[in-house]
Amino acid sequence: MWCLLQKKGWESAKLKKKKKGSAGMAVYNALVIGGGPAGAAAALTLRNRNKTVAVVANPPETTGLSKAPEIRNYPGLSASGREMQARIDRQLQESGAEILPGRALSVASLGLTFGTAVGNSFYESESVILCLGMPRSKGYPGEEELLGKGVSYCATCDGMLYKGKKVAVLGSGEETEKDIQFLESIGCTVIHPTGKNIRIEGTGKVERICMGETEVPVSAVFILGGRILTASLVQGLLLESGQILVNANMETNIPGIYAAGDCTGAPYQLAKAVGQGNVAGYRAAEYVENKRT
Amino acid sequence: MAIQHLNKENFDGTIQSGTVLVDFWATWCGPCRMQAPILEQLDAKQLPGLTIGKVDVDEQPELANRYGITSIPTLVVFKNGKAAAKQIGVTGLSQLEDMVR
Repeated sequence: MWCLLQKKGWESAKLKKKKKGSAGMAVYNALVIGGGPAGAAAALTLRNRNKTVAVVANPPETTGLSKAPEIRNYPGLSASGREMQARIDRQLQESGAEILPGRALSVASLGLTFGTAVGNSFYESESVILCLGMPRSKGYPGEEELLGKGVSYCATCDGMLYKGKKVAVLGSGEETEKDIQFLESIGCTVIHPTGKNIRIEGTGKVERICMGETEVPVSAVFILGGRILTASLVQGLLLESGQILVNANMETNIPGIYAAGDCTGAPYQLAKAVGQGNVAGYRAAEYVENKRT
Repeated sequence: MAIQHLNKENFDGTIQSGTVLVDFWATWCGPCRMQAPILEQLDAKQLPGLTIGKVDVDEQPELANRYGITSIPTLVVFKNGKAAAKQIGVTGLSQLEDMVR
């Protein structure tokens, strides 16, 4: 019952505070990217401060926490990672935070607010908290160099530019399967290599994909599911060895953008992720309040 | 000046003089839709001599092909008919201002 009442209070706060932004859409006080422990800690903290929150989240089974067989060094609790993640999901849902399933493709300043593109839509918020998980440090060989030159993170965005051509898809999961169907429906011939030693090659643009000794000529490579390179998610964000640089307040070099958890570097521990998420949530809440005065 | 929708009939005429920023985009692309309010903010600044145009790559595949568009959004700045700068991905206001300067 407590839970229900609490939820009701949170819901009404959410409706009251939503306002329209530059694109005529609702503006969240904060948008959290990542539904792991850091993202959840940030979102729950913001909800406790009565802030409107959206959480962009890949499927829960993809978080680093879900893959941990057993957590033994978190004070007061011990459980499997999967169990902890399931509890976190429930808590997030009950908190009144809006869950936006999908993968964030781009974060950009819209002047007074930030925009975050997720699939075919974009969302507007006053602050952004990046809880991206463990950095995929270098990506596939060729990924960074050929990004935007045939390497794409978004089949629905760029697929049309390769109508009738042969393309490769890297990644797995339900969304990836849907994207493969989409690419086939617009006339692409799709190959879906799996396994190790995958390289993307070409001079100035994607020309082929190599799997060990095998080379297949393709016009594009769509890297779907999983993580996109942090540098391409947020332009101008300061990184060091692929990790997001933050200060003790979890502030990045861009005012209004915070980061927490594994994406800020070691130790890659649940307690550290939760602690950083909590700090980021508080600081983002203060940032939003101070902006108005 | 309002943002112009460009097609293969009016494209060459539009870019041939002055500075023209062209956004290659499509309706089904989230990042492209996010670029739109940023372009509107640039347009509202009414920078002298700047024209802003948009090309829907789905409707105008020839134009997308001519300028080697491989990913959207792509922003191209034309100066007196020549492509002078190109940026792939959602681009913020201050960077756009640098590009058209």
